[in-house]
Amino acid sequence: MESTKTTDVEYFHKVVDCQHACPAHTPVPEYIRLIAAGKYTEAYVVNWESNVFPGVLGRTCDRPCEPACRRGRIEEEPVAICRLKRVAADFKDDITPYLPDIPLIKNGKRIALIGGGPASLTVARDLAPLGYEIHLYDENHKGGGMMRTQIPSFRLPATVLNEEVDRILDFGIHTHFNKYVGSLAEIINENYDAVFIGTGAPKGRDLHIEGREEGKASIHIGIEWLAGVAFEHIKSIKPNVIVLGGGNTAMDCCRTARRLGGENVKVVVRSPFAEMKASPWEKEDAQHEDIPILDNHVPKRFVVEGGILKGMAFEKVHAVLDENGKRQLLPTGDPEVFIEADEVLIAIGQENTFTWIERDLGIEFDKWNMPVVDPNTFVSTRTNVFFGGDAALGPKNVITAVAQGHQAAISIDLFCNGVNVNERPAPDVKFFSTKMGIHEWSYDNDISNDQRFIVPQADKAKTLKDRLKEVELGFDLQTAFKEAERCLNCDVQTIFTDDKCIECDACMDVCPTNCITFTAYAEESELRKNLSAPALNLQQDLMVSGALKTGRVMVKDEDVCLHCGLCAERCPTAAWDMKQFLYNTAKAGHTCSVAL
Amino acid sequence: MSYIKPKFHHPLLPKNNLGYTRKDYEGSISTLCAGCGHDSISAAIVEACFALNVEPHKVAKLSGIGCSSKTPAYFLQNSHGFNSVHGRMPSVATGANLANCDLVYLGVSGDGDSASIGMGQFVHVVRRNLNMVYIVMNNGCYGLTKGQDSATADRGSISKGGDATLFEGIDLCSLAIELGATFVAQSFSGDKSQLVPLIEAAMSHRGFALINVLSPCVTFNNNPGSTKSYTYVREHNEALGNIDFVPVGNEITTTYNEGESVQVTMHDGSKLRLNKIDNQWDPQDRLSIISALKTAQQKHEILTGLLYVDKDSVPLHVKLNTTETPLNQLQEDKLCPGNNRLQEINVGLR
Ligand SMILES: Cc1cc2nc3c(=O)[nH]c(=O)nc-3n(C[C@H](O)[C@H](O)[C@H](O)COP(=O)(O)OP(=O)(O)OC[C@H]3O[C@@H](n4cnc5c(N)ncnc54)[C@H](O)[C@@H]3O)c2cc1C
Ligand SMILES: Cc1ncc(C[n+]2csc(CCOP(=O)(O)OP(=O)(O)O)c2C)c(N)n1
Ligand code: SF4
Ligand code: SF4
Ligand code: SF4
Ligand code: SF4
Ligand SMILES: [Mg+2]
Repeated sequence: MESTKTTDVEYFHKVVDCQHACPAHTPVPEYIRLIAAGKYTEAYVVNWESNVFPGVLGRTCDRPCEPACRRGRIEEEPVAICRLKRVAADFKDDITPYLPDIPLIKNGKRIALIGGGPASLTVARDLAPLGYEIHLYDENHKGGGMMRTQIPSFRLPATVLNEEVDRILDFGIHTHFNKYVGSLAEIINENYDAVFIGTGAPKGRDLHIEGREEGKASIHIGIEWLAGVAFEHIKSIKPNVIVLGGGNTAMDCCRTARRLGGENVKVVVRSPFAEMKASPWEKEDAQHEDIPILDNHVPKRFVVEGGILKGMAFEKVHAVLDENGKRQLLPTGDPEVFIEADEVLIAIGQENTFTWIERDLGIEFDKWNMPVVDPNTFVSTRTNVFFGGDAALGPKNVITAVAQGHQAAISIDLFCNGVNVNERPAPDVKFFSTKMGIHEWSYDNDISNDQRFIVPQADKAKTLKDRLKEVELGFDLQTAFKEAERCLNCDVQTIFTDDKCIECDACMDVCPTNCITFTAYAEESELRKNLSAPALNLQQDLMVSGALKTGRVMVKDEDVCLHCGLCAERCPTAAWDMKQFLYNTAKAGHTCSVAL
Repeated sequence: MSYIKPKFHHPLLPKNNLGYTRKDYEGSISTLCAGCGHDSISAAIVEACFALNVEPHKVAKLSGIGCSSKTPAYFLQNSHGFNSVHGRMPSVATGANLANCDLVYLGVSGDGDSASIGMGQFVHVVRRNLNMVYIVMNNGCYGLTKGQDSATADRGSISKGGDATLFEGIDLCSLAIELGATFVAQSFSGDKSQLVPLIEAAMSHRGFALINVLSPCVTFNNNPGSTKSYTYVREHNEALGNIDFVPVGNEITTTYNEGESVQVTMHDGSKLRLNKIDNQWDPQDRLSIISALKTAQQKHEILTGLLYVDKDSVPLHVKLNTTETPLNQLQEDKLCPGNNRLQEINVGLR
């Protein structure tokens, strides 16, 4: 193994676990510090630059950052990264001064965005300030895509969504609402310089089993039903409801049903509870609203009598591992289970549909009828047509749609400037010492011992009566401060300078989590076993110095470093420094590359 | 500046037989200068106590005055402690030991504390073979009072102020051997692989165990020309060989060539295994080590390792035939022989 190159930006990016795991690479510790400092507006802007919808995401994000958070490896729970984002959104002042100027004189390039969800809106956000003329098409009468049609108001109030969607539309976007694009050729014929397709995965999967046809009046596709509720075509549901499926859509369906008159709402899912796709917190919230989740039940039949849906029959299964170790669901042999229901919501998956894209436009589709899209540049096989969000690589979530929108915007900008889309601009990186005095740092290096704080919820009796009433209340400022203090500042990096070290061992001795070892050089697999504490987490890198004066090397396991700065405080020669590493992914128009 | 150590630890931190991790043997965060050798010795003490499965409440830490004597605050926070007057730790240790020989006595001192103001006490505690571990954190200066030369500074060694030391330095190891010490070792704060087994062995020794540890003062005596700097000690360190300490009940796993290795069984049954480099020297032969130390001195080498051990050591308690039951556990029937016995004694004196 070689010594670690302290000029490798990606090495240090990986150390900031949350930011690395975030699809948009939001500089999480940076905004958390701003919240702790009471600078909510600035914290919001850091988010907005990176993820465009801080208010939305602070309530609804799938939060891939949290399972990655270092704090979760040191104690029970990660930092409440997502809910702190909401704090920034809730307590910010006017952000207008921070918004980019939109040039009145355009650059002469016209872009069409099909679909008005987060992916398209991100492209609009990035390209409008560069002078592009942008046309956005959506079949609905308002922008936001599934953030509006699917995510229920009790999780995401319309005011929060409107603010963040309108902010972008106010960048002079030409909106073509209530316009379903039935032919891509038509759009292409309007001579746009580039077309971005952000139409999502709008089709809910159906369940074709006995009784589906006879009972159709009482059986609904989950996402269609949720959209109906959002647009107030649907205002009620009968008391006994079965929701089929184990993902987040099922959770939104059942909770919405509870608010529209569903008294006895059950979620029924094929797989075991632990394997359900829904996020743990979504499951908890559903159970909290008195919704039982019956797992290991495979739907067999809709039971319809005299044209009226009576319920459903299920077969009970259990999970068995076959000889290849693959999980199978096998019938238990128990008698069929009948569950009474007046209405059923099917929430068993979403699909893309590209019937409106002609197949002779040079856009290649694969055997699953998905467009062939480059996962880095998001260009299709036709050089001026780009995809992003759920339409590009299948249904994911808002933050992924945003991340892909940013990348597509870069590609469109490169393409319109005649530059190869594979020449990606480098991230914007700043690396500076936090040293303020002998033992003083510009960040708060004390480690909080607090456990994760719980976000308070509104009274259930009230929220179940009003589907528009937001359930979560958000942190108050005092709790927000304490939660922010739990963040370890993983972006304040430990930087080691080989030739300053006198090998006094002080850093190794003081390190509270045994990250540092001075030892004979060996291959990585050997080194990992021979450190002060074994380095068994292979996801986390080792930082290895060059040969020191005694011939040994310094090895630091990044895994559970608290970024407490004690190593640097105890080092007599300042061989360790705590350097803040600010990493921002490149944006369209920021084409200059920054070297360390 | 941080004053509190984070409470979090590595999730895979090993536990010893008592279920404790190293963290349980640590102390408060050090206030010594960053990089002070003394902190490494504290860390070695923590490591040794952890490895030896020492029950923290069975240890008494004693010290005098000096940066070195401050270190008991930085290790074994769950043990007893006594910070005595400058140079007077040995007499406090003697008193405590005679009152309760159930505890492990761990004395920590400096070269000033032991070789200057405390020299009188030091020589007597050696001579009496009090059952204790006595660690001298030797930096050749009075660190706490801003780096004046101490009595262990070598002649010619240059202090931070630029002046060469005029007097011959006292070699605490040679002196202790002269005085009949039963366990004498020398080590370097920057070499834990040697220092930790030495502390373990010293804690298993029954009698007075001296470890003189060269421990650079980064602030006042780590300059070029000093013979107690990190660089000088590293360059002139002549280890007598590798040491393995094998606690009671554990198997010896390392193998050395026959003839080159010596095995010493300690009083408690633990074993010390030494892989010798110098064949002239035998750790159980007082004369051989005296000559090895003298030769090393002429060659400006610093001999480190276990220098001398006497397995048959008879500690002070045994010599004095004093009670093995701690005084605080003696009941009235033992403490007060009764009127009849008193009458007998009185008669015997008439
Ligand atoms: C019930 C449910 C709950 C969800 N909850 C969350 C959550 O809490 N957090 C999260 O991160 N993600 C959630 N998601 C996923 C998230 O909503 C999507 O991943 C995300 O909105 C995708 O963004 P997008 O821009 O790719 O497309 P979409 O948001 O799907 O937007 C596409 C838009 O294009 C329109 N459109 C499609 N075809 C055409 C056409 N031919 N002509 C004109 N307009 C067209 C659609 O009507 C839609 O408005 C949820 C999804 C569902 C179904
Ligand atoms: C009776 C008395 N005399 C003098 C002093 C001043 N004094 C404090 S520490 C010290 C020397 C300590 O030197 P050393 O034992 O080598 O410890 P170091 O700081 O070098 O580790 C002296 C002389 C004192 N505290 N008490
Ligand atoms: S502790 Fe803070 S910086 Fe580190 S991963 Fe968690 S949120 Fe990110
Ligand atoms: S910052 Fe330094 S002392 Fe603190 S945990 Fe990380 S390596 Fe250890
Ligand atoms: S504290 Fe500084 S000088 Fe001492 S070993 Fe660590 S890096 Fe090297
Ligand atoms: S003055 Fe010297 S001995 Fe005292 S703490 Fe500082 S470095 Fe250590
Ligand atoms: Mg001293």
